[in-house]
Amino acid sequence: MLRKNPLLAAAIALMMVFGAGSAFAENIVIKGSTTVLPIAQEVAEAYMKAYPDVKITISGGGSGNGIKAIIDGTTDIADSSRFIKDKEVKLALEKGAYPVPFAVAYDSIVPVVHPTNPIEDISLEDLKKIYMGKVTNWKELGGPDMKIVVISRDTSSGTYEVWEEKVMEKERVYPGALLQASNGAIATSVAKNKNAVGYVGIGYLNDEIKALTVGGIEGNKDTTLSGKFPISRALFMFTSGWPTGETMNFINFTMHPDKGQKYVEKVGFVPLW
Amino acid sequence: MANKRNTTEKTMQAIFFSVATASIAILFMIMLFLFMEGLPIFKEVSVSDFLFGKYWYPTSDPADFGIFPLIIASLAVTALASAIAIPLGVMTAVYLAELASRRVAEIVKPLVELLAALPSVVIGFFGMVIVAPFLQDVFNLPTGLNMFNAALMLAFMSIPTITSISEDAIYSVPTALKEGSMALGATHWETLLRVILPASISGIATAVILGMSRAIGETMVVLMVAGGATMIPGSIFDPVRPMPASIAAEMAEAPFRGDHYYALFATGIVLFLFTLLFNIIADQIAHRYRQVGEASL
Repeated sequence: MLRKNPLLAAAIALMMVFGAGSAFAENIVIKGSTTVLPIAQEVAEAYMKAYPDVKITISGGGSGNGIKAIIDGTTDIADSSRFIKDKEVKLALEKGAYPVPFAVAYDSIVPVVHPTNPIEDISLEDLKKIYMGKVTNWKELGGPDMKIVVISRDTSSGTYEVWEEKVMEKERVYPGALLQASNGAIATSVAKNKNAVGYVGIGYLNDEIKALTVGGIEGNKDTTLSGKFPISRALFMFTSGWPTGETMNFINFTMHPDKGQKYVEKVGFVPLW
Repeated sequence: MANKRNTTEKTMQAIFFSVATASIAILFMIMLFLFMEGLPIFKEVSVSDFLFGKYWYPTSDPADFGIFPLIIASLAVTALASAIAIPLGVMTAVYLAELASRRVAEIVKPLVELLAALPSVVIGFFGMVIVAPFLQDVFNLPTGLNMFNAALMLAFMSIPTITSISEDAIYSVPTALKEGSMALGATHWETLLRVILPASISGIATAVILGMSRAIGETMVVLMVAGGATMIPGSIFDPVRPMPASIAAEMAEAPFRGDHYYALFATGIVLFLFTLLFNIIADQIAHRYRQVGEASL
Protein backbone atom coordinates (compact mmCIF):
# COMPACT_ATOMS: atom_id res chain seq x y z
CA MET A 1 0.00 0.00 0.00
CA LEU A 2 2.73 2.42 1.01
CA ARG A 3 4.81 1.57 -2.01
CA LYS A 4 1.85 2.21 -4.24
CA ASN A 5 1.27 5.61 -2.73
CA PRO A 6 3.33 7.75 -5.13
CA LEU A 7 1.58 6.05 -8.03
CA LEU A 8 -1.75 6.64 -6.44
CA ALA A 9 -0.89 10.28 -5.83
CA ALA A 10 0.25 10.68 -9.43
CA ALA A 11 -2.95 9.06 -10.65
CA ILE A 12 -5.05 11.43 -8.57
CA ALA A 13 -3.05 14.38 -9.81
CA LEU A 14 -3.51 13.23 -13.40
CA MET A 15 -7.23 12.85 -12.89
CA MET A 16 -7.34 16.38 -11.59
CA VAL A 17 -5.44 17.74 -14.56
CA PHE A 18 -7.69 15.98 -17.02
CA GLY A 19 -10.70 16.67 -14.86
CA ALA A 20 -10.03 20.38 -15.38
CA GLY A 21 -11.72 20.07 -18.77
CA SER A 22 -15.12 19.25 -17.34
CA ALA A 23 -17.68 22.00 -17.49
CA PHE A 24 -18.72 22.17 -13.84
CA ALA A 25 -15.90 21.98 -11.30
CA GLU A 26 -12.66 23.62 -12.38
CA ASN A 27 -9.53 22.29 -10.74
CA ILE A 28 -6.11 23.83 -10.29
CA VAL A 29 -3.19 21.79 -8.98
CA ILE A 30 -0.30 23.61 -7.32
CA LYS A 31 2.89 21.90 -6.22
CA GLY A 32 6.39 22.75 -5.12
CA SER A 33 8.37 25.00 -2.81
CA THR A 34 7.41 24.97 0.84
CA THR A 35 8.59 28.60 1.04
CA VAL A 36 5.93 29.69 -1.43
CA LEU A 37 3.38 27.32 0.11
CA PRO A 38 1.93 29.80 2.65
CA ILE A 39 1.41 32.36 -0.14
CA ALA A 40 -0.27 29.80 -2.37
CA GLN A 41 -2.47 28.66 0.51
CA GLU A 42 -3.65 32.13 1.49
CA VAL A 43 -4.23 33.23 -2.09
CA ALA A 44 -5.98 29.98 -3.01
CA GLU A 45 -8.29 30.30 -0.04
CA ALA A 46 -9.28 33.81 -1.10
CA TYR A 47 -9.59 32.68 -4.71
CA MET A 48 -11.90 29.81 -3.84
CA LYS A 49 -14.03 32.18 -1.82
CA ALA A 50 -14.32 34.50 -4.83
CA TYR A 51 -14.91 31.63 -7.29
CA PRO A 52 -16.68 28.89 -5.32
CA ASP A 53 -16.82 26.43 -8.22
CA VAL A 54 -13.04 26.24 -8.55
CA LYS A 55 -11.16 23.65 -6.54
CA ILE A 56 -7.48 24.19 -5.83
CA THR A 57 -5.22 21.41 -4.58
CA ILE A 58 -1.93 22.49 -3.05
CA SER A 59 1.01 20.40 -1.93
CA GLY A 60 4.64 21.02 -0.97
CA GLY A 61 7.59 18.82 -1.83
CA GLY A 62 10.22 21.42 -2.67
CA SER A 63 11.04 23.60 -5.66
CA GLY A 64 12.78 20.80 -7.53
CA ASN A 65 9.75 18.53 -7.27
CA GLY A 66 7.45 21.35 -8.36
CA ILE A 67 9.43 22.08 -11.52
CA LYS A 68 9.70 18.37 -12.23
CA ALA A 69 5.92 18.17 -12.01
CA ILE A 70 5.58 21.02 -14.54
CA ILE A 71 7.91 19.19 -16.91
CA ASP A 72 5.97 15.94 -16.45
CA GLY A 73 2.67 17.76 -16.79
CA THR A 74 1.35 16.56 -13.41
CA THR A 75 0.60 20.03 -12.09
CA ASP A 76 -0.85 23.30 -13.39
CA ILE A 77 1.34 25.59 -11.34
CA ALA A 78 4.75 24.90 -9.80
CA ASP A 79 5.84 26.99 -6.81
CA SER A 80 9.54 27.64 -6.76
CA SER A 81 11.82 29.61 -4.47
CA ARG A 82 14.50 29.76 -7.21
CA PHE A 83 14.68 30.31 -10.95
CA ILE A 84 14.57 27.27 -13.22
CA LYS A 85 17.99 25.65 -13.85
CA ASP A 86 19.45 25.22 -17.35
CA LYS A 87 19.32 21.47 -16.94
CA GLU A 88 15.62 21.62 -16.19
CA VAL A 89 14.90 23.91 -19.16
CA LYS A 90 16.64 21.46 -21.45
CA LEU A 91 14.71 18.52 -20.02
CA ALA A 92 11.46 20.45 -20.35
CA LEU A 93 12.07 21.29 -24.00
CA GLU A 94 12.92 17.66 -24.73
CA LYS A 95 9.58 16.65 -23.24
CA GLY A 96 7.77 19.38 -25.15
CA ALA A 97 6.93 21.50 -22.10
CA TYR A 98 7.59 25.22 -22.03
CA PRO A 99 7.82 26.51 -18.44
CA VAL A 100 6.81 30.16 -18.01
CA PRO A 101 7.96 31.96 -14.83
CA PHE A 102 5.92 34.52 -12.88
CA ALA A 103 7.61 36.30 -9.99
CA VAL A 104 4.86 36.51 -7.35
CA ALA A 105 6.72 37.91 -4.32
CA TYR A 106 10.10 38.72 -2.85
CA ASP A 107 11.67 37.02 0.12
CA SER A 108 13.96 39.31 2.11
CA ILE A 109 16.00 38.06 5.06
CA VAL A 110 17.27 40.58 7.61
CA PRO A 111 20.04 39.98 10.18
CA VAL A 112 18.87 40.88 13.70
CA VAL A 113 20.47 41.46 17.09
CA HIS A 114 19.35 42.36 20.61
CA PRO A 115 18.23 46.03 20.89
CA THR A 116 21.02 46.77 23.41
CA ASN A 117 23.69 45.77 20.91
CA PRO A 118 25.41 48.98 19.69
CA ILE A 119 26.21 47.51 16.25
CA GLU A 120 24.07 49.11 13.54
CA ASP A 121 25.58 47.93 10.31
CA ILE A 122 27.36 44.79 9.18
CA SER A 123 28.98 43.71 5.92
CA LEU A 124 28.15 40.52 4.09
CA GLU A 125 31.70 39.25 4.68
CA ASP A 126 31.44 39.78 8.44
CA LEU A 127 28.11 37.99 8.52
CA LYS A 128 29.67 35.09 6.67
CA LYS A 129 32.60 35.00 9.11
CA ILE A 130 30.25 35.03 12.08
CA TYR A 131 28.21 32.16 10.70
CA MET A 132 31.35 30.19 9.81
CA GLY A 133 32.48 30.54 13.42
CA LYS A 134 35.54 32.61 12.48
CA VAL A 135 34.45 35.79 14.27
CA THR A 136 33.28 34.85 17.76
CA ASN A 137 33.30 38.09 19.74
CA TRP A 138 31.39 41.31 19.15
CA LYS A 139 34.47 43.38 19.90
CA GLU A 140 36.05 42.14 16.68
CA LEU A 141 33.31 44.07 14.93
CA GLY A 142 33.68 47.15 17.10
CA GLY A 143 31.05 46.13 19.62
CA PRO A 144 31.32 45.26 23.32
CA ASP A 145 33.45 42.36 24.59
CA MET A 146 30.78 39.67 24.40
CA LYS A 147 30.75 36.24 22.87
CA ILE A 148 28.58 36.07 19.76
CA VAL A 149 25.75 33.57 19.98
CA VAL A 150 24.92 32.54 16.46
CA ILE A 151 21.33 31.50 15.80
CA SER A 152 20.39 29.82 12.56
CA ARG A 153 17.38 28.06 11.07
CA ASP A 154 16.89 24.36 10.43
CA THR A 155 18.61 23.47 7.18
CA SER A 156 15.49 22.46 5.32
CA SER A 157 13.79 25.85 5.63
CA GLY A 158 13.55 28.30 2.77
CA THR A 159 14.92 31.06 4.99
CA TYR A 160 18.08 29.06 5.56
CA GLU A 161 18.28 28.45 1.82
CA VAL A 162 18.41 32.19 1.09
CA TRP A 163 20.95 32.72 3.84
CA GLU A 164 23.13 29.90 2.55
CA GLU A 165 22.93 31.23 -1.00
CA LYS A 166 23.35 34.96 -0.41
CA VAL A 167 25.51 35.13 2.71
CA MET A 168 27.36 31.85 3.08
CA GLU A 169 28.17 31.41 -0.62
CA LYS A 170 28.66 27.61 -0.47
CA GLU A 171 30.40 27.73 2.91
CA ARG A 172 28.75 25.83 5.75
CA VAL A 173 27.23 27.32 8.87
CA TYR A 174 29.48 26.07 11.70
CA PRO A 175 28.11 23.29 13.91
CA GLY A 176 28.08 25.45 17.05
CA ALA A 177 25.29 27.64 15.69
CA LEU A 178 22.04 27.37 17.63
CA LEU A 179 19.04 26.08 15.79
CA GLN A 180 15.51 27.43 15.90
CA ALA A 181 12.70 25.89 13.91
CA SER A 182 10.82 29.04 12.88
CA ASN A 183 11.16 32.75 12.19
CA GLY A 184 9.12 33.46 15.30
CA ALA A 185 11.39 31.33 17.48
CA ILE A 186 14.47 33.17 16.18
CA ALA A 187 12.85 36.52 16.96
CA THR A 188 12.02 35.37 20.52
CA SER A 189 15.46 33.97 21.26
CA VAL A 190 17.27 37.02 19.89
CA ALA A 191 14.98 39.26 21.93
CA LYS A 192 15.89 37.26 25.05
CA ASN A 193 19.67 37.17 24.53
CA LYS A 194 21.89 40.24 24.33
CA ASN A 195 24.75 38.24 22.76
CA ALA A 196 22.69 36.81 19.93
CA VAL A 197 22.60 37.36 16.20
CA GLY A 198 19.95 35.74 14.04
CA TYR A 199 18.06 36.28 10.81
CA VAL A 200 14.36 36.50 10.05
CA GLY A 201 12.07 37.10 7.11
CA ILE A 202 11.22 40.77 6.76
CA GLY A 203 7.66 40.19 7.94
CA TYR A 204 8.87 38.99 11.33
CA LEU A 205 10.72 42.13 12.43
CA ASN A 206 9.37 43.65 15.63
CA ASP A 207 10.27 46.17 18.34
CA GLU A 208 12.02 43.62 20.55
CA ILE A 209 14.79 42.93 18.05
CA LYS A 210 17.06 45.28 16.13
CA ALA A 211 17.45 44.88 12.38
CA LEU A 212 20.98 45.49 11.10
CA THR A 213 21.68 47.30 7.88
CA VAL A 214 23.80 45.23 5.50
CA GLY A 215 26.64 47.17 3.88
CA GLY A 216 24.78 50.39 4.77
CA ILE A 217 21.52 49.28 3.18
CA GLU A 218 18.42 48.88 5.26
CA GLY A 219 16.34 45.81 4.48
CA ASN A 220 12.87 47.09 3.62
CA LYS A 221 10.29 46.92 0.88
CA ASP A 222 11.90 49.56 -1.34
CA THR A 223 15.48 48.26 -1.17
CA THR A 224 14.20 44.74 -1.82
CA LEU A 225 12.21 45.76 -4.87
CA SER A 226 15.04 47.88 -6.25
CA GLY A 227 17.40 44.94 -5.78
CA LYS A 228 19.77 46.95 -3.55
CA PHE A 229 19.31 44.82 -0.46
CA PRO A 230 21.60 41.84 -0.98
CA ILE A 231 19.85 39.13 1.05
CA SER A 232 16.70 38.71 -0.96
CA ARG A 233 15.31 36.65 -3.79
CA ALA A 234 12.25 36.42 -5.97
CA LEU A 235 9.68 33.68 -5.48
CA PHE A 236 8.12 32.17 -8.59
CA MET A 237 5.14 30.35 -9.88
CA PHE A 238 5.77 28.43 -13.10
CA THR A 239 3.13 27.35 -15.56
CA SER A 240 3.51 25.00 -18.50
CA GLY A 241 3.22 27.25 -21.55
CA TRP A 242 1.45 30.60 -21.31
CA PRO A 243 -1.40 29.95 -18.87
CA THR A 244 -5.00 29.80 -20.07
CA GLY A 245 -8.43 29.56 -18.47
CA GLU A 246 -8.61 29.17 -14.68
CA THR A 247 -4.82 28.98 -14.30
CA MET A 248 -4.40 32.35 -16.04
CA ASN A 249 -7.13 33.78 -13.86
CA PHE A 250 -5.42 32.47 -10.72
CA ILE A 251 -2.01 33.89 -11.69
CA ASN A 252 -3.63 37.28 -12.39
CA PHE A 253 -5.40 37.11 -9.05
CA THR A 254 -2.12 36.33 -7.27
CA MET A 255 -0.32 39.26 -8.87
CA HIS A 256 -3.16 41.77 -8.38
CA PRO A 257 -2.09 44.45 -5.86
CA ASP A 258 -5.45 44.49 -4.06
CA LYS A 259 -6.08 40.75 -4.18
CA GLY A 260 -3.23 38.22 -4.06
CA GLN A 261 -0.45 40.64 -3.12
CA LYS A 262 -2.34 41.55 0.06
CA TYR A 263 -1.81 37.99 1.29
CA VAL A 264 1.86 38.01 0.28
CA GLU A 265 2.43 40.73 2.82
CA LYS A 266 0.27 38.96 5.38
CA VAL A 267 2.46 35.84 5.39
CA GLY A 268 5.66 37.82 5.81
CA PHE A 269 6.99 38.36 2.27
CA VAL A 270 7.53 41.49 0.20
CA PRO A 271 4.76 42.15 -2.33
CA LEU A 272 5.62 43.02 -5.93
CA TRP A 273 4.37 46.61 -5.76
CA MET B 1 -28.09 -22.51 29.39
CA ALA B 2 -24.56 -23.67 30.03
CA ASN B 3 -24.03 -23.73 26.30
CA LYS B 4 -25.04 -20.12 25.91
CA ARG B 5 -22.72 -19.06 28.70
CA ASN B 6 -19.95 -20.93 26.97
CA THR B 7 -20.55 -19.10 23.72
CA THR B 8 -20.54 -15.73 25.47
CA GLU B 9 -17.29 -16.69 27.14
CA LYS B 10 -15.70 -17.64 23.83
CA THR B 11 -16.93 -14.52 22.08
CA MET B 12 -15.67 -12.26 24.79
CA GLN B 13 -12.34 -14.02 24.72
CA ALA B 14 -12.11 -13.58 20.97
CA ILE B 15 -12.97 -9.88 21.22
CA PHE B 16 -10.37 -9.20 23.87
CA PHE B 17 -7.80 -11.24 22.00
CA SER B 18 -8.31 -9.21 18.83
CA VAL B 19 -8.13 -5.94 20.76
CA ALA B 20 -4.84 -7.03 22.28
CA THR B 21 -3.43 -8.15 18.94
CA ALA B 22 -4.60 -4.93 17.27
CA SER B 23 -2.33 -2.80 19.42
CA ILE B 24 0.59 -5.16 18.81
CA ALA B 25 -0.15 -5.11 15.09
CA ILE B 26 -0.19 -1.31 15.09
CA LEU B 27 3.13 -1.21 16.90
CA PHE B 28 4.53 -3.71 14.43
CA MET B 29 3.32 -1.70 11.45
CA ILE B 30 4.82 1.50 12.83
CA MET B 31 8.13 -0.33 13.22
CA LEU B 32 7.90 -1.72 9.73
CA PHE B 33 7.21 1.74 8.35
CA LEU B 34 10.05 3.25 10.36
CA PHE B 35 12.52 0.74 8.96
CA MET B 36 11.15 0.98 5.42
CA GLU B 37 11.58 4.74 5.38
CA GLY B 38 14.86 4.79 7.25
CA LEU B 39 16.98 2.01 5.78
CA PRO B 40 17.36 3.46 2.24
CA ILE B 41 19.80 6.09 3.59
CA PHE B 42 22.36 3.34 4.04
CA LYS B 43 22.65 3.11 0.28
CA GLU B 44 24.14 6.61 0.45
CA VAL B 45 26.23 6.42 3.62
CA SER B 46 27.62 3.45 5.51
CA VAL B 47 26.16 2.59 8.91
CA SER B 48 29.37 3.55 10.70
CA ASP B 49 29.62 6.90 8.87
CA PHE B 50 26.02 7.58 9.81
CA LEU B 51 26.42 6.66 13.48
CA PHE B 52 29.90 8.07 14.03
CA GLY B 53 30.08 10.88 11.46
CA LYS B 54 30.70 14.20 13.19
CA TYR B 55 28.96 16.46 10.67
CA TRP B 56 25.27 16.85 10.06
CA TYR B 57 24.76 18.88 6.88
CA PRO B 58 21.79 17.14 5.31
CA THR B 59 21.00 19.82 2.73
CA SER B 60 24.49 20.78 1.63
CA ASP B 61 25.91 19.63 -1.65
CA PRO B 62 27.63 17.18 -1.08
CA ALA B 63 25.62 16.35 2.04
CA ASP B 64 26.99 14.94 5.30
CA PHE B 65 24.80 12.61 7.34
CA GLY B 66 26.67 12.03 10.59
CA ILE B 67 24.47 11.83 13.68
CA PHE B 68 27.22 11.28 16.26
CA PRO B 69 26.76 14.75 17.83
CA LEU B 70 23.00 14.10 17.99
CA ILE B 71 23.44 10.73 19.73
CA ILE B 72 25.92 12.20 22.20
CA ALA B 73 23.53 15.08 22.84
CA SER B 74 20.62 12.73 23.54
CA LEU B 75 22.66 10.56 25.89
CA ALA B 76 24.26 13.50 27.68
CA VAL B 77 20.98 15.34 28.21
CA THR B 78 19.31 12.14 29.43
CA ALA B 79 22.16 11.34 31.81
CA LEU B 80 22.19 14.85 33.24
CA ALA B 81 18.40 14.88 33.57
CA SER B 82 18.56 11.52 35.36
CA ALA B 83 21.24 12.77 37.71
CA ILE B 84 18.83 15.51 38.74
CA ALA B 85 15.59 13.56 38.62
CA ILE B 86 16.56 10.23 40.23
CA PRO B 87 17.61 11.54 43.66
CA LEU B 88 14.70 13.97 43.77
CA GLY B 89 12.18 11.45 42.50
CA VAL B 90 13.24 8.53 44.69
CA MET B 91 13.60 10.65 47.80
CA THR B 92 10.18 12.14 47.25
CA ALA B 93 8.82 8.62 46.91
CA VAL B 94 10.48 7.46 50.13
CA TYR B 95 9.14 10.48 51.93
CA LEU B 96 5.62 9.96 50.64
CA ALA B 97 5.53 6.23 51.36
CA GLU B 98 7.31 6.07 54.68
CA LEU B 99 7.73 9.37 56.39
CA ALA B 100 4.90 11.68 55.47
CA SER B 101 1.72 11.63 57.48
CA ARG B 102 -1.19 10.26 55.54
CA ARG B 103 -2.78 13.68 55.20
CA VAL B 104 0.35 15.26 53.74
CA ALA B 105 0.88 12.32 51.38
CA GLU B 106 -2.69 12.61 50.15
CA ILE B 107 -2.08 16.19 49.13
CA VAL B 108 1.48 15.94 47.84
CA LYS B 109 1.19 12.81 45.71
CA PRO B 110 -1.57 14.10 43.42
CA LEU B 111 0.34 17.38 43.11
CA VAL B 112 3.50 15.61 41.97
CA GLU B 113 1.46 13.58 39.52
CA LEU B 114 -0.12 16.77 38.27
CA LEU B 115 3.35 17.83 37.14
CA ALA B 116 3.12 15.02 34.58
CA ALA B 117 -0.03 16.57 33.21
CA LEU B 118 1.75 19.76 32.16
CA PRO B 119 2.00 19.75 28.36
CA SER B 120 5.62 19.55 27.22
CA VAL B 121 5.25 22.68 25.11
CA VAL B 122 4.38 24.64 28.24
CA ILE B 123 7.47 23.34 30.01
CA GLY B 124 9.51 24.16 26.92
CA PHE B 125 8.15 27.69 26.79
CA PHE B 126 8.87 28.13 30.49
CA GLY B 127 12.45 26.99 29.87
CA MET B 128 12.87 29.29 26.92
CA VAL B 129 11.40 32.47 28.33
CA ILE B 130 12.06 32.23 32.09
CA VAL B 131 14.83 29.73 32.79
CA ALA B 132 17.12 30.58 29.85
CA PRO B 133 17.59 34.31 30.67
CA PHE B 134 17.92 33.38 34.35
CA LEU B 135 20.70 30.84 33.72
CA GLN B 136 22.39 33.27 31.38
CA ASP B 137 22.51 35.98 34.04
CA VAL B 138 23.39 33.78 37.00
CA PHE B 139 26.18 31.80 35.35
CA ASN B 140 27.18 34.59 32.97
CA LEU B 141 26.76 32.35 29.93
CA PRO B 142 26.62 33.32 26.26
CA THR B 143 23.27 31.56 25.98
CA GLY B 144 20.76 30.07 28.39
CA LEU B 145 19.48 27.67 25.75
CA ASN B 146 21.79 24.79 26.54
CA MET B 147 22.16 21.23 27.77
CA PHE B 148 21.73 22.15 31.42
CA ASN B 149 18.48 23.98 30.79
CA ALA B 150 17.14 21.06 28.75
CA ALA B 151 18.19 18.55 31.42
CA LEU B 152 16.48 20.62 34.09
CA MET B 153 13.23 20.74 32.12
CA LEU B 154 13.42 17.01 31.32
CA ALA B 155 14.04 16.28 35.01
CA PHE B 156 10.79 18.14 35.80
CA MET B 157 9.03 15.86 33.37
CA SER B 158 10.48 12.57 34.61
CA ILE B 159 10.17 13.22 38.34
CA PRO B 160 6.43 12.42 38.42
CA THR B 161 6.99 9.10 36.61
CA ILE B 162 9.83 8.13 38.94
CA THR B 163 8.08 9.26 42.11
CA SER B 164 4.75 7.70 41.34
CA ILE B 165 6.06 4.25 40.37
CA SER B 166 8.70 4.16 43.14
CA GLU B 167 6.16 5.17 45.72
CA ASP B 168 3.92 2.30 44.72
CA ALA B 169 6.87 -0.10 44.96
CA ILE B 170 7.94 1.14 48.39
CA TYR B 171 4.39 1.21 49.68
CA SER B 172 3.81 -2.39 48.67
CA VAL B 173 6.73 -3.77 50.69
CA PRO B 174 5.01 -6.22 53.08
CA THR B 175 4.48 -4.74 56.56
CA ALA B 176 5.81 -7.98 58.07
CA LEU B 177 9.29 -7.17 56.74
CA LYS B 178 9.22 -3.77 58.35
CA GLU B 179 7.85 -5.10 61.61
CA GLY B 180 10.47 -7.85 61.64
CA SER B 181 13.25 -5.34 61.22
CA MET B 182 11.88 -3.09 63.92
CA ALA B 183 11.44 -6.07 66.24
CA LEU B 184 15.13 -6.87 65.86
CA GLY B 185 15.94 -3.45 67.20
CA ALA B 186 16.67 -1.58 63.95
CA THR B 187 15.78 2.10 63.89
CA HIS B 188 13.33 3.46 61.38
CA TRP B 189 16.24 4.86 59.35
CA GLU B 190 18.06 1.50 59.31
CA THR B 191 14.88 -0.30 58.37
CA LEU B 192 14.33 2.14 55.53
CA LEU B 193 17.84 1.84 54.16
CA ARG B 194 18.55 -1.86 54.71
CA VAL B 195 15.15 -3.48 54.38
CA ILE B 196 12.60 -1.38 52.58
CA LEU B 197 14.77 0.03 49.81
CA PRO B 198 16.37 -3.34 48.90
CA ALA B 199 12.93 -4.95 48.93
CA SER B 200 11.55 -2.40 46.51
CA ILE B 201 14.65 -1.99 44.35
CA SER B 202 13.10 -3.65 41.28
CA GLY B 203 10.17 -1.26 41.32
CA ILE B 204 12.45 1.72 41.82
CA ALA B 205 14.76 0.63 38.99
CA THR B 206 11.79 0.23 36.67
CA ALA B 207 10.62 3.69 37.65
CA VAL B 208 14.02 5.19 36.96
CA ILE B 209 14.34 3.59 33.56
CA LEU B 210 10.83 4.55 32.51
CA GLY B 211 11.65 8.09 33.59
CA MET B 212 14.82 8.02 31.52
CA SER B 213 13.08 6.71 28.43
CA ARG B 214 10.59 9.51 28.80
CA ALA B 215 13.51 11.95 28.87
CA ILE B 216 15.33 10.55 25.84
CA GLY B 217 12.21 10.51 23.68
CA GLU B 218 10.95 13.94 24.67
CA THR B 219 10.85 16.22 21.66
CA MET B 220 9.23 19.59 22.23
CA VAL B 221 11.26 20.56 25.28
CA VAL B 222 14.64 19.78 23.75
CA LEU B 223 13.65 21.45 20.51
CA MET B 224 12.83 24.63 22.38
CA VAL B 225 15.50 24.84 25.07
CA ALA B 226 18.50 22.65 24.18
CA GLY B 227 19.89 25.25 21.78
CA GLY B 228 20.25 22.97 18.78
CA ALA B 229 23.94 23.19 17.92
CA THR B 230 25.11 20.03 16.16
CA MET B 231 28.40 19.80 17.95
CA ILE B 232 29.77 17.53 20.61
CA PRO B 233 29.33 19.46 23.87
CA GLY B 234 32.42 20.43 25.84
CA SER B 235 30.56 21.47 28.97
CA ILE B 236 27.08 21.12 30.40
CA PHE B 237 26.44 24.74 29.41
CA ASP B 238 27.00 24.14 25.70
CA PRO B 239 24.03 24.10 23.35
CA VAL B 240 23.25 20.65 21.96
CA ARG B 241 20.80 19.07 19.54
CA PRO B 242 19.32 15.76 20.70
CA MET B 243 17.91 13.39 18.08
CA PRO B 244 14.19 14.14 18.55
CA ALA B 245 14.81 17.87 18.13
CA SER B 246 16.56 17.32 14.84
CA ILE B 247 13.77 15.13 13.54
CA ALA B 248 11.05 17.54 14.62
CA ALA B 249 12.77 20.63 13.24
CA GLU B 250 13.64 19.23 9.85
CA MET B 251 11.03 16.63 8.99
CA ALA B 252 8.29 19.01 7.92
CA GLU B 253 10.27 20.41 5.03
CA ALA B 254 12.55 17.54 4.07
CA PRO B 255 11.69 16.51 0.47
CA PHE B 256 9.48 13.43 0.53
CA ARG B 257 11.61 10.28 0.11
CA GLY B 258 14.80 12.24 -0.45
CA ASP B 259 18.06 11.38 1.30
CA HIS B 260 17.39 13.91 4.05
CA TYR B 261 13.99 12.33 4.71
CA TYR B 262 15.50 8.85 4.88
CA ALA B 263 18.28 10.09 7.17
CA LEU B 264 15.72 11.56 9.58
CA PHE B 265 13.81 8.28 9.68
CA ALA B 266 17.08 6.44 10.26
CA THR B 267 17.68 8.78 13.20
CA GLY B 268 14.24 7.72 14.37
CA ILE B 269 15.34 4.08 14.18
CA VAL B 270 18.35 4.82 16.37
CA LEU B 271 16.13 6.61 18.87
CA PHE B 272 13.69 3.72 18.82
CA LEU B 273 16.49 1.23 19.51
CA PHE B 274 17.60 3.29 22.50
CA THR B 275 14.13 3.38 24.07
CA LEU B 276 13.67 -0.29 23.26
CA LEU B 277 16.92 -1.04 25.07
CA PHE B 278 15.75 0.96 28.09
CA ASN B 279 12.48 -0.93 28.19
CA ILE B 280 14.20 -4.31 27.90
CA ILE B 281 16.53 -3.38 30.76
CA ALA B 282 13.58 -2.24 32.87
CA ASP B 283 11.80 -5.49 32.16
CA GLN B 284 14.86 -7.57 33.03
CA ILE B 285 15.39 -5.79 36.31
CA ALA B 286 11.74 -6.12 37.20
CA HIS B 287 11.97 -9.88 36.66
CA ARG B 288 15.34 -10.55 38.18
CA TYR B 289 14.96 -8.70 41.42
CA ARG B 290 11.32 -9.31 41.94
CA GLN B 291 10.41 -9.65 45.57
CA VAL B 292 8.64 -12.99 45.80
CA GLY B 293 6.92 -13.33 49.13
CA GLU B 294 8.96 -12.44 52.19
CA ALA B 295 11.54 -15.18 52.09
CA SER B 296 13.76 -14.06 49.25
CA LEU B 297 15.49 -11.21 50.99
